[in-house]
Amino acid sequence: MTDVLVVAELLDGGLRKNTLSAVTFAKQVAAGTGGAFDILAIGVGAQAAADQAAGYGARKVLVAEIDGGYLAETYAPTVAELGKSYGVVAATASTFGKDLMPRVAARLDAGVASDIAEVLIDGSTLTYKRPMYAGNVFGWCTISSAQQVVSVRQTEFEAAAESGGASPTETVTVASPSSDRIAFISLEAAKNERPELTEAAIVVSGGRALKSSDNFHSVLEPLVDAFGAAMGASRAACDAGYVPNDLQVGQTGKVVAPKLYVAVGISGAIQHLAGMKGSKTIVAINTDKEAPIAQVADYFLVADLFKAVPEMTAEVKRVRAAG
Amino acid sequence: MKILVPVKRVTDPDNANKMKVSPDGARVTSDGLEWKLNPFDEYAVETALRLNENAASGDRLGEVIVVSLGPDEVQTTLRQPLAMGVDRGILVKSDDAAIDSGVVARALKSIVESEKPDLVLMGKQAVDGDSNSAGQMLAELLGWPMATFAMSIHAEDGGKALRVGREVDTGVLTVKVTLPAIVTVDLRIVSPSAVKNGVTPDAHVYNEGARYASLKGIMAAKKKAIDLKSLADVGGGAAVVKYAKFELPAARSGQVTYVADVAELVNKLKTEAKVL
Repeated sequence: MTDVLVVAELLDGGLRKNTLSAVTFAKQVAAGTGGAFDILAIGVGAQAAADQAAGYGARKVLVAEIDGGYLAETYAPTVAELGKSYGVVAATASTFGKDLMPRVAARLDAGVASDIAEVLIDGSTLTYKRPMYAGNVFGWCTISSAQQVVSVRQTEFEAAAESGGASPTETVTVASPSSDRIAFISLEAAKNERPELTEAAIVVSGGRALKSSDNFHSVLEPLVDAFGAAMGASRAACDAGYVPNDLQVGQTGKVVAPKLYVAVGISGAIQHLAGMKGSKTIVAINTDKEAPIAQVADYFLVADLFKAVPEMTAEVKRVRAAG
Repeated sequence: MKILVPVKRVTDPDNANKMKVSPDGARVTSDGLEWKLNPFDEYAVETALRLNENAASGDRLGEVIVVSLGPDEVQTTLRQPLAMGVDRGILVKSDDAAIDSGVVARALKSIVESEKPDLVLMGKQAVDGDSNSAGQMLAELLGWPMATFAMSIHAEDGGKALRVGREVDTGVLTVKVTLPAIVTVDLRIVSPSAVKNGVTPDAHVYNEGARYASLKGIMAAKKKAIDLKSLADVGGGAAVVKYAKFELPAARSGQVTYVADVAELVNKLKTEAKVL
């Protein structure tokens, strides 16, 4: 019987949807071990987020209202204190989960498994599958400390569906911070109106073959927006200065696994493939049919991107408009 | 300021797809692959050097030390940061397969307590284990403030505090940490104007990326000290995360389908792949 505490991520005074992946994980562990799961809403707007989290079958939803912006130093002590009553403490592996959970683990003297893709339940033993070497190897690990701390890969755990009912909420005591030598200054939201790269259902990426920053803007972006996708780029395109480095998909950039990945003018260097080959469907548009991207592509259009991409933009718009 | 940079050697990330698993699944093998400095750690070294130099005059402002855990051969990897300009190294001899992020964090805590750096700068993650945990755990063990995923660092209060821009999912989260502190770096930290130490003129523009070692630097690195320690010396303790098995990801389902034109492509995305 393993009880799980899910640490919810809050956004704009409410529940961030990615939390529902950690809820799915918690449901699996609770069901498989005969335990229960609770959700902790912590931060500004915790009560509102707790109300939103109450419809997913948790035994209870804990509320820790903390003023000011997010700081791991102020959240971790409360999470760890509550976590002592659970076998597993989990969050979704966003930058929030990745930042906070190891601090919680250190406080609990617990082991941490980050970015898990699957959990195997055998009696009371939990074995976690997690990607290593940028997804080129999977490791199966166990954690032998009293508590186990995990972050859950959003792309591998479907968002939990509402199960009806309303879990009771309970306000909890906030512990004092682990350091007071840090101050939250600001959160400047990305001015990008597109979905966030690591969360998008569709990603359209451009490579060096786009030849300029202007072409990313005038040729690729309309296709990105026709799909309602996030825009990515190869390292070569970032290094050439066509787009900022935060769009880089690859081993040293962002690792993405959308349902559709469209690689435009990207030859497919190993370092790029490492960051996107977990995508469900991969499309390549390239003049060279032998390009390494063919090793991972499901569909390959051999074409000049400057002709094919505008055509595709129009076609995608047409098909989507037709429903 | 005195800066400690924990680094790790990893198998060449540009060839990560050539990693193999032993037939019994017990080990990951990298036979024939080169060892490299973890790219994010290389960026941390570059960041430490930028923080601790007057790029206009060439003067150094403080000591930079690298520390690693791993087998004896890691000394070879440590020569690279030493050649880039780092002053000295520490190697805690250990078996990579027998340590987890908690062991690393406890060992680093002990090193921090003896070296007393003002700042610990490290990569956000090593690209082999991809755990992204050791820095945060170290911060909590020390009770220090931290700023993970740093994409900009500006010194404030005469170098007693840092204003750090953190690259988070929803944008850039800026924090101010009073030293001593821990900062883990992300890709954009090596952009031309990402690091400002208050001594190098603010208008100074660095080349993108980490610096190359000069021939003079490489020669000098050979004479720099690498202090050897054992895991027992630094109280690393035992790992609690244990890997029972490794496996390679399943090959992608099918062969690539070459489509004739855009219409066929979009049609297949809609009717076959069902992603539209």
